[in-house]
Amino acid sequence: MSSELITKYFREERLPHIWCPGCGHGIATRAVMEAVDRLGWEKDDVCIVSGIGCSSRAPGYLDFNTLHTTHGRALAFATGIKLAKPHLHVIVLTGDGDTSAIGGNHLIHAARRNIDITTVVYNNYIYGMTGGQYSPTTPFHDKGTTAPYGNIDQPFDICSLAQAAGATYVARSTVFHAKQLSQFVEKALQKKGFSLVEAISSCPTYYGRKNKKGSAVDMMNFLKFRAVPSSRFAALSEKEKLEHVETGEFINRTAPEYTESYQKIIDLVQERKESK
Amino acid sequence: MANKNVHLRINPSWCKGCGICVAFCPKGVLSIVEEKVSITDEELCIRCGLCEQRCPDYAIYLEED
Repeated sequence: MSSELITKYFREERLPHIWCPGCGHGIATRAVMEAVDRLGWEKDDVCIVSGIGCSSRAPGYLDFNTLHTTHGRALAFATGIKLAKPHLHVIVLTGDGDTSAIGGNHLIHAARRNIDITTVVYNNYIYGMTGGQYSPTTPFHDKGTTAPYGNIDQPFDICSLAQAAGATYVARSTVFHAKQLSQFVEKALQKKGFSLVEAISSCPTYYGRKNKKGSAVDMMNFLKFRAVPSSRFAALSEKEKLEHVETGEFINRTAPEYTESYQKIIDLVQERKESK
Repeated sequence: MANKNVHLRINPSWCKGCGICVAFCPKGVLSIVEEKVSITDEELCIRCGLCEQRCPDYAIYLEED
């Protein structure tokens, strides 16, 4: 007993999913599926890849070609898939730790190459699956099981990182703003090149509890009131910026795509071989 | 306009009782009863679908007759 969208794109026999009550990851996964549905892609033409972590459980629930890989390496596997089968729409579903710590280099190099892969990062600011250790996106002074006195690392801004590394479409929304999130994912999926959408998710079980953020509803309210579009974010003071989340599309540009450039090399070499 | 042929459906076995749908329903149609979502007054429902969009567990949705 479920909606058309869920019946069409999810492996219903695997549901209900493993995520905690009030976890935003289910909302983000549904938003991605809404985007795929609007594009009307055949399921066989899509491959969804993940690494390790709460976020990376997502492809297990999705009825596509799916690959659950090793920690941080989703983009490395995805690169192989895209090069072997360039006609596939390759989507990577990953988390903040998976993509910016363990897989940090894969992220920047996939962006640098501008390979046609869409990455959706479920950022819940913590390693949920392993018990609440702080991640590279945990805000300064916030707590985790490995930062009982507060985190003294400065957090990564994953969108800035992807943009600086060469991604051609980068956007951020939140699971509260599920409709906007889905629209950004749809644009990312259509982009010929490396696209990244950061979905600010919520982890009431670890991040929320460790940092006294209240219930799942309180955390959704936090996203509702603290997410600020880029146009207004720029006018905030430095202190206010730390207390808010900037949302919107940060870049949407065109650049040579990797698999197309690779195909040109193959064609060139074959032409030379034939003319000999 | 609310489409009267569209109805709210609930799958209680998937609901984890997080309360997100109840908190953000613009018309107060929903409540949590014994840790599961319940429809208090479907007459008030405007079929906006926000509950479906924000349910992390796919336990509430709109369905056409």
